[in-house]
Amino acid sequence: MTMNNEKTTIVLFSGELDKAIAAFIIANGAAAYDHDVTIFFTFWGLNALRKDEKVFVKKGFLEKMFAKMMPRGANKLGLSKMHFGGMGPKMIKHVMKKHNALSLPELIELAQEQGVKLVACTMTMDLLGLQKEELLDGIEYAGVAAYLGDAADAKVNLFI
Amino acid sequence: MNSDKILDAKGLACPMPIVRTKKSIAELESGQVLEVHATDKGAKNDLAAWAKSTGNELLSHAEENGVYKFWIKKA
Repeated sequence: MTMNNEKTTIVLFSGELDKAIAAFIIANGAAAYDHDVTIFFTFWGLNALRKDEKVFVKKGFLEKMFAKMMPRGANKLGLSKMHFGGMGPKMIKHVMKKHNALSLPELIELAQEQGVKLVACTMTMDLLGLQKEELLDGIEYAGVAAYLGDAADAKVNLFI
Repeated sequence: MNSDKILDAKGLACPMPIVRTKKSIAELESGQVLEVHATDKGAKNDLAAWAKSTGNELLSHAEENGVYKFWIKKA
């Protein structure tokens, strides 16, 4: 990454599969444009960063409830439309495979490989009771000021 | 048209043709030509826009039996 690169930032606020896919396709596209790309994950968007497996960390009752009720990881996100109690995501994944589109976990891996900066919002992590150990390795932790620092220099800033 | 390297991006969906093109171009020397084969219908507009923005030159493109071919000269 250099100082002269164009910048792109995305705030992923939503925790649905379709919206997360859109965010990561744009992020990977921007990285291919040699942009310095930041995705800032806040609120429900943080669930896309959760590890698949159960991670044992000390939590209070409310945090435990949140952890149970929210999808654990990119593979478990629901759809914003036509969710049909879980049938929707299954169908979308099938169709995506048929069309050779990358799955969300693959898109996330590709983004990390391309140097996309994945930033978890620490304030909402606290609210939802998510801890660092539960989120993917190789991500960064920051707040609104760090996001704005990137966004102020970027021409493409999206809120999804 | 002569090319120094051929990238087979056939069957790949957005954003992979662009991601692969970027990686392949990075492996070339300035002035060398990359030939890209793709089947994604958006590839023509995508590669033209990508080349323009990254400063690489889209020399030519063609379509053959549903395969889009592009020749891109590295800046």
